[in-house]
Amino acid sequence: MSSTNALKHRQACLVITLAILGIWFLVSLGCSILFREWMDLNMPPVGNAPFGFWMAQQGSIICFVLLLITYAVLMYRLDSKYGYLDSQHESIDSVDSLE
Amino acid sequence: MEQSTLNFIFIGISFAIYIGIAFKSRASSTKEYYTAGGGVSPLANGMATAADWMSAATFISMAGSLAIGGYDGSRFLMGWTGGFVLLTVLMVPYLRKFGKATVPDFIGDRYYSKFARGVAVVCAIFICMTYIMGQMRGVGVVFSQLFGIGIPAGVLIGAAIVFFYAGMGGMKGITYTQVAQYCVMAFAYTIPAIYISIALTDNFIPQLGLIGDYVAGGEYVPFLEKLNAINEELGFSHYTSGSISRIDMFFITAALMCGTAGLPHVIVRFFTVKDVLAVRKSACWTLAFIAVVYLTAPTIGAFSRVNLIEKLHETTYVDAPKWFKDFESTGQMAWVDKNDDGIIQYYGPAKSDTNSNTVFAGKAPAYPVAGSATDVLVGKHKQRLLTNEVITSNPNELWFGNDIMVMANPHMAGLPPWVIALLMAGCIAAALSTAAGLLLVLSTSISHDLMKKIIKPDLSDKEEVAYARVAALVSLIVASYFGINPPSAFIAKTVAFAFGLAASSFFPTLLLGIFAKRMSREGAIAGMICGIGFTMGYIVYFQFLGGTKEQYLFGISPEGIGTLGMLINFATAFLVNTVSPPPPPEVQKMVENIHIPSGAGEASEH
Repeated sequence: MSSTNALKHRQACLVITLAILGIWFLVSLGCSILFREWMDLNMPPVGNAPFGFWMAQQGSIICFVLLLITYAVLMYRLDSKYGYLDSQHESIDSVDSLE
Repeated sequence: MEQSTLNFIFIGISFAIYIGIAFKSRASSTKEYYTAGGGVSPLANGMATAADWMSAATFISMAGSLAIGGYDGSRFLMGWTGGFVLLTVLMVPYLRKFGKATVPDFIGDRYYSKFARGVAVVCAIFICMTYIMGQMRGVGVVFSQLFGIGIPAGVLIGAAIVFFYAGMGGMKGITYTQVAQYCVMAFAYTIPAIYISIALTDNFIPQLGLIGDYVAGGEYVPFLEKLNAINEELGFSHYTSGSISRIDMFFITAALMCGTAGLPHVIVRFFTVKDVLAVRKSACWTLAFIAVVYLTAPTIGAFSRVNLIEKLHETTYVDAPKWFKDFESTGQMAWVDKNDDGIIQYYGPAKSDTNSNTVFAGKAPAYPVAGSATDVLVGKHKQRLLTNEVITSNPNELWFGNDIMVMANPHMAGLPPWVIALLMAGCIAAALSTAAGLLLVLSTSISHDLMKKIIKPDLSDKEEVAYARVAALVSLIVASYFGINPPSAFIAKTVAFAFGLAASSFFPTLLLGIFAKRMSREGAIAGMICGIGFTMGYIVYFQFLGGTKEQYLFGISPEGIGTLGMLINFATAFLVNTVSPPPPPEVQKMVENIHIPSGAGEASEH
C-alpha cells in the first residue's frame, strides 16, 4: 500500500466520522437537551408526545442505531475502494458483505 | 402455585440453561475459548455484548429513575446508547487494529511508558470498582425481593453467587451463554411492558401506547397529558419537562456518553472479534439489541408512575394492595401517617413551602430492633413503624426506593405470577453477567497489567492466576461493603459516577492516542492524573464530605462532573505536550498504522 493511498483513505474516513458525529450531536445533545423547549413548542408532536421529549426518550436512540448502520456501510465501501478489505489481499475466508 | 416457588423454578431453569450451554460449548471447542468472537457471527457477538453491557443499573434502576424524573431520566437513555456511537466511530476499530488485549496495554505501548500503564491500571481499578458497587447493590435488591429479606443480606448472598459464577472461569469466554442471557433479559423486560400497555392504553406496542391515549379510566385522554396532570396535581414537575437544569442535564448526558466510550470492560469485548469490519458490524448489532430494551424502559417508567399513584395515593392503608406490604416488610417502601388519618398520601415538593417532599430524615428507613415492644414495631393500622425522625413540614407520607420500580411494576399492574418470575430471572441475569464480567476485567487488570507487566515481570502463569483470584475476592468484598452502604441513593447514580471517572481519564487519553500523533507521554500522563483526580475529588466531596448543592461548580452535579474533568484532561494534555519532546518515530509510525483497517490479525490473549 502506498502512503498517499493511506492518507486519502484516512481523510475520507475523517469526513465520514465527523459527519456521523455531527448528526449524533444534533439529535442527542442538540434536539433533546439544548433546544428542547424550542423543539417542544415549534416542531410537530410525535403522536401525543412533544417533539423534544420524544427525541430524548425514543427518537435519539433510533437515530443512533441508524447512524451506526450508515457508518458500517460507508466504511465498508470506503475500505473496498482503497483495497483495505482483508478479503481483497488475503482471501482466507469469505467476508460476508453488508450490502 | 406460590409466587416464590414459581420464581425459583424460573431462575433454576435459566441457570440450568446457562450452565448447560457453557459446558456444551466448552466441550466442542477449546480453541474458540480465547478468540471468542472468531467463530461466532457478529449477530451472536452483538447479542452477547448487549447482555454484558446491560447491567443491574440499566435493568432495575433506569425505569425507576424515568418514573420519578420523567424527562430527567432521558440522561441515562441517551447517555448509555449515544456512547456507543462514539465508541464505534472513534475507538474500537482502531484499538482492535492495534491488537492488544487490555486498555492499559494500549496506553502503555502508545505512550511508551511503564508509568502511563500504571496510571491507566489505577484508573481502570477505580472505574471498575465503582461500577461493581452499583451491580452489587442491584444484586442485593433482587435477592432481597426474592427471599423477602433486607438488602444487606441480599448483597451478601449475591456476592457469594457472583464469586462462584465468575470462578467458573469459562463462563465469560463463552459467548453463547450471554446470548441466552440476553434473550431472558429482553423477554423479561418487554413482556410486562406489553401487558401493561394493553391494560392502560389498549395498544400492544408499548412505544405507541406511550404516545397514544390513556383508556383505562373509561374516557380517552392523551397518555402523557394525563401523566402531566397527575404530576401537577400532586405537586411534582411536569413529566415531559423534568426539573434538572439544562446545563446539568447536558453535562451528565455528555459524561455518560464519553464514559461509555472509555469503559475498559466494554472496549475489551470488541478485541475478540475477527477483524475491523466485524467490529463495526458487531457494534451495529450490539446497539440494536440494546435499543430493544432502552426503547421499552421509558414506557415502563411512565406506566408504572400512573399505576403507583392510582393504586396508592389516597388509599387507606388497610385496603392497600398486598405487594405494598411486601415491599414494606423488606424495607423498600415505607409509609409514615403524618396526619394520622390512616390514608396514604403521596405529594411532590411543590406542596410545601420548603420545596421538598422528604418523608423522614436520613437516606433510608430505619427500624426498631426486632423483639421490641409491639407498639414500637407496628402502628395502629398495622403498618411498619420507623425510627427515623419524621419531617412534618410537607404532607408527603410515602417513601420508596427508586430501584424497586421495575420489580414492583408487574405487581402493581396485577400481572400473572409467571411474568413476575420471568422478570426476576431477567434481573439476576443482568446483574450476574455484568458483575462477573467486571470482576474478570478488574482481576486481570491487577494480575496481568499491574503485577506481571510492572511489578514482577517474571511472574509464572500459575502465580498470575492466583493473584487474579485474590484480587477478585478483595474487590468483591469492597464492592459488597459499598453495595450495603451505597455512595448514592440509587444504583443508576452510583454507576453514573463510574462513567464520569471513565470519561475524565480513558476517553481523552485514548482519543489523543489514536488521533494525535504528536501527543507525548508527559501530556497523556498529566492529563489522566488531572482529569480523574479532579472528578474523583469532586464526587467524594459532594457524596461523602457533605458538600451542598449551593457549592456546585456552574451548577453541575457530581454525576455530570466527568465532562468537566474530561475537558481538564484535554487542556492539561495539550498544554504539557507543547513543552515536552515528541514521541519516538516508531510510536508515530504505529499510530499511523492503526488507521489502516486491514490486517488486524489475531487478538492477543490475556
